[in-house]
Amino acid sequence: MNKCQQYMDCLVAWIDARFPMTKMWKEHLSEYYAPKNFNLWYFFGSLALLVLVNQILTGIWLTMFYKPDATLAFASVEYIMRDVEWGWLLRYMHSTGASAFFIVVYLHMFRGLLYGSYKEPRELLWLTGVVIFLCLMGEAFFGYLLPWGQMSYWGAQVIISLFGAIPVVGDELTTWLRGDYVVSDATLNRFFSFHVIAMPLVLCGLVLVHVLALHTVGSNNPDGVEIKKNKDEKGRPLDGIPFHPYYTVKDIFGVGVFLIFFSLVVFYLPEGGGYFLEDNNFIPADPLKTPPHIAPVWYFTPYYSILRAIPDKLLGVIAMGVSVGIFALLPWLDRSPVKSIRYKGILSRIALGLFVVSVLVLGYLGTKAPTPETTLLARIFSVIYFAFFLLMPVYTRMEKTRPVPTRVTMK
Amino acid sequence: MKRLLACLLLLASSAALASEGHGLMYHAEYDLHDKASLQRGARLFVNYCMGCHGASMMRYSHVARDLGIPEKVAVKNLNFTGQKVGDPMITAMRPEDGKAWFGAPPPDLTVVARARGADWLASYLRTFYLDPKRPTGVNNLTFPDVAMPHVLWELQGWQRAVYAEDGKTIEGLELARPGKLDEAEYAAAVNDLVGFLVYLGEPVRLERLALGWKVILFLLLFSWLAWLLKKEYWRDVH
Repeated sequence: MNKCQQYMDCLVAWIDARFPMTKMWKEHLSEYYAPKNFNLWYFFGSLALLVLVNQILTGIWLTMFYKPDATLAFASVEYIMRDVEWGWLLRYMHSTGASAFFIVVYLHMFRGLLYGSYKEPRELLWLTGVVIFLCLMGEAFFGYLLPWGQMSYWGAQVIISLFGAIPVVGDELTTWLRGDYVVSDATLNRFFSFHVIAMPLVLCGLVLVHVLALHTVGSNNPDGVEIKKNKDEKGRPLDGIPFHPYYTVKDIFGVGVFLIFFSLVVFYLPEGGGYFLEDNNFIPADPLKTPPHIAPVWYFTPYYSILRAIPDKLLGVIAMGVSVGIFALLPWLDRSPVKSIRYKGILSRIALGLFVVSVLVLGYLGTKAPTPETTLLARIFSVIYFAFFLLMPVYTRMEKTRPVPTRVTMK
Repeated sequence: MKRLLACLLLLASSAALASEGHGLMYHAEYDLHDKASLQRGARLFVNYCMGCHGASMMRYSHVARDLGIPEKVAVKNLNFTGQKVGDPMITAMRPEDGKAWFGAPPPDLTVVARARGADWLASYLRTFYLDPKRPTGVNNLTFPDVAMPHVLWELQGWQRAVYAEDGKTIEGLELARPGKLDEAEYAAAVNDLVGFLVYLGEPVRLERLALGWKVILFLLLFSWLAWLLKKEYWRDVH
């Protein structure tokens, strides 16, 4: 052993006596056993973490130049786009990152639906994920006001006014939320505060809790087989491989591929066809001029469609809230004896397929101005959306499932 | 069920229509690499637009640098209000005057191309027509009842509406009195101006396009190496 190595070992021993460095490294990376049969769907967790880091880093630099002031905000964004060195890249990475965040998180959630990752013993893991999703929606909503364009302004106005539907306290509540009678400088300042401090802090904390919960119960996999049930004489799962180096190298490859798509948008399609950066948001906020058609950003449109589909405002707001919150009930709605869609019956497959279609149709409808025909469509697909959840206890029990293997399969 | 099918068809067809464009009369043809065209557009912009509209989020020096105009020439030919070359391109018109004269201060045009689109701007600038009912004496097909007068009239001349048989529907526009430029020259001038506005909306556009493929090329190489590394590590996993 050479001198250098001796010094390194000494240093590590010194730290380990004072902080569980080696212990944590082993627990969470080198001796955390993950199923060896992860497929494409398992990239999106680590990618969500990557996008979170991207948002935080680009956000720190944007905050250095952005002005949270109703008279200066819009121009300060253009100042970043023009006068700040590489400001345009930071801004596009941040704005594209917002949409990318929802894309990877939606795919991450869909993975959970596919393979029953919410089922026992991962209920708490799933619940922390739902709370992360709610925080992410809040974070995106607060952030969208900051460029202070017409869509920023009127989108915030519409969403805040939804709280006005609450009986008795509604009006007072909306005034309290805005800090004014309309969305104004006071609103912008508090949204800025929520966007750069409160929500990111909560998000990072929750992500840590999510990962700790994951490492307690262990990862699910496409077969929905518990790898901890089959261990070798040393207590290592037979179908498990250490997260590091196997999945770290695999995820690095995933990061590369993701960044190619991400860069295509950042450099060649930063407006995302008007969905990532809306045309109307290049017009400064004007409290006196309501745009003829107000649409939220694409990642909120399925829920917005459900809101509009219901004729009563209060019921619409409740339905919208439930459409997001209902994900939390999945561990108890799914009564199937198996986890993975691979071994579930035909009914579960049809239900999940219809659910995906309904989310896509509702999402599309939410970007358009409503007509009687589209409202009818939105109602039909809202019913399908909720039926997926509410009928789950029925169809998961009725259908015939296929036998689950004892060991994972490599497809 | 029939109604549902009809709705789905409608949805599909409206999606198809939306991707075809929005029925604008003209298509803007510009080339952001053509600096001479952008310079001509800049000249039109400062001469005809900046009397009322600012481009307050852009600096003269930035335009001069990007368009290859020496600073001294820029100060002399673009900056008529005697500001410094590093100053933002604000209009000389006071907002309260604009409000009194037009009902609302003329909007800032820094990012107008990103809000409206190039084709809209080209169509707007080419579809003014005489309309005695309007206070400015002109109306616009692309932006009906717009408060703005036809500022480029001395270049285009005046157009009048050609009505259909019902006497109400406007079928097209025809030249009533020619201006300094003929139709093709005016179209070219509008394209220059729109090109400049597109540049103004996102000055970094060319830089972004030029950098993008290099970044992606690097990422392709990176991903390929990462894939080889992954394969090497995973050799013993069966």
